[in-house]
Amino acid sequence: MKKFFEKIFQSKVWRSIFRHGLPVSNRTRAEAVFYNFFLHVHPTKVRKRSLKFTYTWGLGGLSVGLFIVLVFTGALLMLYYRPSVAQAYWDMKDLQFVVSSGQFLRNMHRWAAHAMVAIVFLHMMRVFYTGSYRPPKEFNWVIGVMLLVITVLLSYTGYLLPWDQLSYWGISVGTNMVRSVPFGIGDKISFLLLGGNSVGENALVRFYVLHCFIIPVAAMVLMGIHFWRIRKDGGV
Amino acid sequence: MDNEDKENKKDGIISRRYFLESIGVGAIGVAVAGSIALTGEYLSPNVLKEPPTKFKAGLPENYSPGSTTLNKEQKVYIMRAKEGYFYALSAVCTHLGCITNWKSEEGIIACPCHGSKFNTEGKKIAGPAPRPLQRFLMTLDEHGQLVVDKSIIVGEEVILKASINKG
Repeated sequence: MKKFFEKIFQSKVWRSIFRHGLPVSNRTRAEAVFYNFFLHVHPTKVRKRSLKFTYTWGLGGLSVGLFIVLVFTGALLMLYYRPSVAQAYWDMKDLQFVVSSGQFLRNMHRWAAHAMVAIVFLHMMRVFYTGSYRPPKEFNWVIGVMLLVITVLLSYTGYLLPWDQLSYWGISVGTNMVRSVPFGIGDKISFLLLGGNSVGENALVRFYVLHCFIIPVAAMVLMGIHFWRIRKDGGV
Repeated sequence: MDNEDKENKKDGIISRRYFLESIGVGAIGVAVAGSIALTGEYLSPNVLKEPPTKFKAGLPENYSPGSTTLNKEQKVYIMRAKEGYFYALSAVCTHLGCITNWKSEEGIIACPCHGSKFNTEGKKIAGPAPRPLQRFLMTLDEHGQLVVDKSIIVGEEVILKASINKG
């Protein structure tokens, strides 16, 4: 059995994917991290204090974990949901009562979304109380604030999609609040968000595209920078 | 960079490299500015499939004096005072845009979202609404039908005195 695995690890295919050898020496152990796309952002050294669970409470990791859950459940929900006034509500009801595991996936998406808002907020509080926004991490705090705003925006744009009374009036009230930005800027932003003067077909499609594509892509780019920076600064 | 700049502008003569680079960067700048402007235009729809702002509300005799009738599709109350004149009140709450309800037993207009209350004149009685309900221009067309134009907002002194000619 050992020989079999050794043969695989020495094979041309394996070595073309993992160019370093097995992590048997300090050098190959380091190479295993440096040459791996997913691990290469790790810092060269980590302070023992920051590894303590009660220092970070793993809140950043939980946030990205929830984001991954949301991406996968969201992609599956997209297979049955059509963003049109005539179909949106009934597609949502079909997901609840007709589609196998539809209710489960929808609830998973919903609860993960609620949890993500809470966890991201707690993560911000933890960073504040441990003073982790101090130099050299000031700019990473700024990116974190952007990610908090993005999390709330994702939550808000998803709110319209079930197209029930709650979502309709939620978005009506929200876009009316935007209108109070002075000098006609608020009116313009509200018009562009809704694609019109009231919550209708255009607004539903716009919120759908924002929710499923534009904001998640922005979130992923900012998360990439956020993680890279924290690791280069010696964080976990 | 500083040295390069000095070389480029030696004795007021622009070098060939600097000249061509400027044209290239300028062209890219124009293209970027143009595409930003076009994308901005693209985001703003030119045709809206929203209900027209002007609508007919039927004949005056369909409304009894002292009545409040909500046109749900247009979000407008057709109000007829006890004295017989007409006015059109917006059903959109001036707070954050929810649609208000007519509470006939209390004789008030109430918003379900944040609890604003208005009287039949559209004046605020309670709640967070900052302004009274809007009034729209109401006229009679050539067939004697009531017409409301939501694009024209009028003051509370504007009323429509409709005389009912039966037959």
